[in-house]
Amino acid sequence: MSQDGVNNSRRLLLLGSTAAVGAVGAGFVAVPFLASWNPSEKAKAAGAPAKVDISKLEPGAMLTAEWRGKPVFIVRRTQEVLGMLEGLSDRLKDPANGNKAQQPAYADNLQRSREPELLVLLGVCTHLGCAPKFYAEVKPEPFDADWKGGFFCPCHGSRFDMSGRVFNGSPAGDNLLVPPYSLDGDILVIGIDEETA
Amino acid sequence: MSNQKNPIMGWIDDRLPVTVTYEKHMSKYYAPKNFNFWYFFGVLSMLMLVNQILTGIWLTMNFTPSADAAFASVEYIMRDVEWGWLLRYLHSTGATFFFIAIYLHMFRAVLYGSYQKPRELIWLFGMGIYLALMAEAFMGYVLPWGQMSYWGAQVIISLFGAIPVIGDDLTTWIRGDFLISGATLNRFFALHVIAVPLVIVALVVLHLLALHEVGSNNPDGVDIKKHKDENGVPLDGVPFHPFYTVHDMVGIVVFLMVFCSVMFFFPMGGGFMLEYANFEPANGLKTPEHIAPVWYFGAFYTILRAIPDKLLGVIAMGAAIAILFVLPWLDKSPVKSIRYKGLISKTLIPVFGVAFAILTWLGTQPSDGYFLGMINNTTLARWLTAFYFGYFLLMPFYTRMEKTKPVPERVTGGH
Repeated sequence: MSQDGVNNSRRLLLLGSTAAVGAVGAGFVAVPFLASWNPSEKAKAAGAPAKVDISKLEPGAMLTAEWRGKPVFIVRRTQEVLGMLEGLSDRLKDPANGNKAQQPAYADNLQRSREPELLVLLGVCTHLGCAPKFYAEVKPEPFDADWKGGFFCPCHGSRFDMSGRVFNGSPAGDNLLVPPYSLDGDILVIGIDEETA
Repeated sequence: MSNQKNPIMGWIDDRLPVTVTYEKHMSKYYAPKNFNFWYFFGVLSMLMLVNQILTGIWLTMNFTPSADAAFASVEYIMRDVEWGWLLRYLHSTGATFFFIAIYLHMFRAVLYGSYQKPRELIWLFGMGIYLALMAEAFMGYVLPWGQMSYWGAQVIISLFGAIPVIGDDLTTWIRGDFLISGATLNRFFALHVIAVPLVIVALVVLHLLALHEVGSNNPDGVDIKKHKDENGVPLDGVPFHPFYTVHDMVGIVVFLMVFCSVMFFFPMGGGFMLEYANFEPANGLKTPEHIAPVWYFGAFYTILRAIPDKLLGVIAMGAAIAILFVLPWLDKSPVKSIRYKGLISKTLIPVFGVAFAILTWLGTQPSDGYFLGMINNTTLARWLTAFYFGYFLLMPFYTRMEKTKPVPERVTGGH
């Protein structure tokens, strides 16, 4: 084919505009493929609140409930445990609930709870999502010689106190999340509080 | 094949370049004659790839990718499907041996400078294969839907949550749910059996095409194309077929003997290949007592864990993999092979190999244990992490500084 008299600038314009239109088209085509990875309507609807009877929960004991497929730790703390919370401040990353997203307003207090004794925490480590383990006893542990009771994550060694606040030196940066909850007598309702109801 | 009188071949060759391609890549591909033990692992990696594809296809015939049925379907394969146990153990043991072959293949490249100019693209395609292989292995481990599948997926996907601003939405998008669920399992199945294998195969083709364009390196790191005979054949080269095809068969047989010994007698590899916790169905409410990755991710997991900060840990882990990609541009040495490099490289390359092995080991151990009863695992992990990055980041300096030995004109040794 003869290349004489080729209008190069016109050729370039056609090439550029075709490519640009093609790229926009490819972008639109990509949307359904990418968006189909989002949670389905069914997954979004599976957010029903969980109801837990806590009448048999002894002081010092923990109960694990399931809410939206995730573990929720429910602990009835003793006065002794509550008394120790204040003294831990200088060993914690966020002792005063600086990150407001980690608890509802009514749990933005020293105990991080509605009722001082009753602790409700999402049992998902804020580091990489493992379920921390409950080490209630005040005694030296392999991971902390001065252990005052709390939660220890077996995956990467994050430590949390008896109100779910993260200790210094943990890979986790945030305190454990307090989910929205409300109390109806002895029935704990996880997922609903007066703000969301 | 060179006999063009065969009319059928002639007819085909006029329509499809079969003979030309065969000659270019096999009978007239001249590989250096001084290949040693280390040069087996490329072909052995390919062997394992074929094993994984073949057994993988057969496993999909009985596997059910749903949260309710996946665990039971793997047990069904193990107990009820004829030879199902063999197909599954070939696949699970194959993953380990694939990584053994790949790691030794990569270390060979480090030993003899096979990533240096003009083989940078070969190295980049190889790294692409390695990265895809890690994704493939991770997603494959999720499929049996045991406890370690579930919590491994939880931890690895949560790594993306460390990315500022978009992290949380990104993890939800990857999971397809607000937690690891059947949606995650299903998409991992799709990626594991279709998407990633296609990518790997494509990259292997590119890896080989790039290799055959510039020719293989060798333990001396000398260019065999500098000395050719009157026909243009490198004096130190031998045709890949039949010389290396036959030669590689010995390696393949020995490798398969080791592979089969492990597969038949230690299919769980002492908990390093199939972890004990994975014989318990996934439970989203309870994390296993000791959670560790399978051995081939150990080194990077150790680096992640060595750093007591979420984002920095993830960055360090990503950087540990990313830095391997730029290796060809970090090595400023005028010579390729460790044989002719200076004392610093000669010392550091084996030390790096040992450090990587210890990092791998530490990844399978609890972080509060003691290595050989002497040094705290976390302390050791931090020192080795520093060494890992130091080895690469200081490479431009020490490879330029050190005094290298003169490289011979022709290869030494060989047959």
